[in-house]
Amino acid sequence: MARIKVPRKSTAMDMTAMCDVAFLLLTFFILTAKIRQDDPLHVDVPASTVTQIVPDDNIATLSVGQNKIFFGIEGTDIRIQLLEEMAKKYNLPAFTPDEEKRFSSIPTFGVPLNQLKQFIALDEEGRKTFPQPGVPTDSTANNELSNWIYEARIVTRNLKNQELRFAIKGNAKDEFPAYKKVVDVLQKQSINKFSLITSLKTK
Amino acid sequence: MAELDTSGGGKHKGGKIRSKKASTRIDLTAMVDLAFLLITFFIMTTTLAKPKAMDMFMPDKSKPDVQLPVPETRTMTVWLGANDKIEWFVGKPGGSQPTIDNFGKDGIRKSLVEQNKKIKETHQAPDNDMIVLVKASDHATYKDFVNMLDELNIAGITRYGVVDITAPEVAQLKKDGNY
Repeated sequence: MARIKVPRKSTAMDMTAMCDVAFLLLTFFILTAKIRQDDPLHVDVPASTVTQIVPDDNIATLSVGQNKIFFGIEGTDIRIQLLEEMAKKYNLPAFTPDEEKRFSSIPTFGVPLNQLKQFIALDEEGRKTFPQPGVPTDSTANNELSNWIYEARIVTRNLKNQELRFAIKGNAKDEFPAYKKVVDVLQKQSINKFSLITSLKTK
Repeated sequence: MAELDTSGGGKHKGGKIRSKKASTRIDLTAMVDLAFLLITFFIMTTTLAKPKAMDMFMPDKSKPDVQLPVPETRTMTVWLGANDKIEWFVGKPGGSQPTIDNFGKDGIRKSLVEQNKKIKETHQAPDNDMIVLVKASDHATYKDFVNMLDELNIAGITRYGVVDITAPEVAQLKKDGNY
């Protein structure tokens, strides 16, 4: 009996097309990537139907949650200038260029000024575990947040010749007065226009 | 010209010198593996869902004297109470019993659209849009507040203001068990 011979096919595939597609996708993702930054203050933002995207530059973000307020501003040059101005305002010993450089890489922080030097000295891992009490806003005499905002506006005007925009990132579950406190700080400086950061409602 | 003869043997005496035909195919498996690994990495680290910004305008507090006279019949006052409850009424405070409402399609959204329509019909043309005053109590959550502004957006109401709640209004909310 003659055996039926199965023709042996090569197992090697032509991968050229697959390779092309893979690299095309890779290029797309590299170009659109913006590495996710860890938020030191976990804020669960409420959802809304607005579709306007938060601008990337010239914006200061005030995160509100767990009875703390965190302050963040975009732009490394602005951060450096801002730190210098704040040190001047509170008569702190001037920060070294190295400290300024380290500060310029911190996206958001929530420490009072007297702990700031210590906070800057930490590395990225250390900052994550550092207990950040939030930027103080309580009394009118020690309203550091108000001064951060005020100086940030001046610095932005000087460097970019633009009005600084503000965005509030509030926790959905928090009660209204927590949010109101931040708005009051802004309104005291006649900032009546700002944005509320929300996520897109999936409905 | 100096050329390097890499062929091993010296067998081709007189015959044609044949160059070795190498296959043009390269094994791409490793390259594809690497590409997909990188794709996975970039997919995981990107944030495709960018946060959205809701623009907010607050009334200017530094000039308290520029209050525009607003007819009360065109004003709808909305109180945000505890437990996601809303109370609203049209007209003078104390004029009518406030309606207790919920969020959602059949709740405040419907009320806003209905009241807006009613006011449009009963008032003269240029000044016939509804004005909504949002007053959040201390026990309302931030989510409620954002939801309320969102509902106003959906209903297409452009004239609204966020105002502080007053003591008698809180008392009314308390009486209805929404504080």
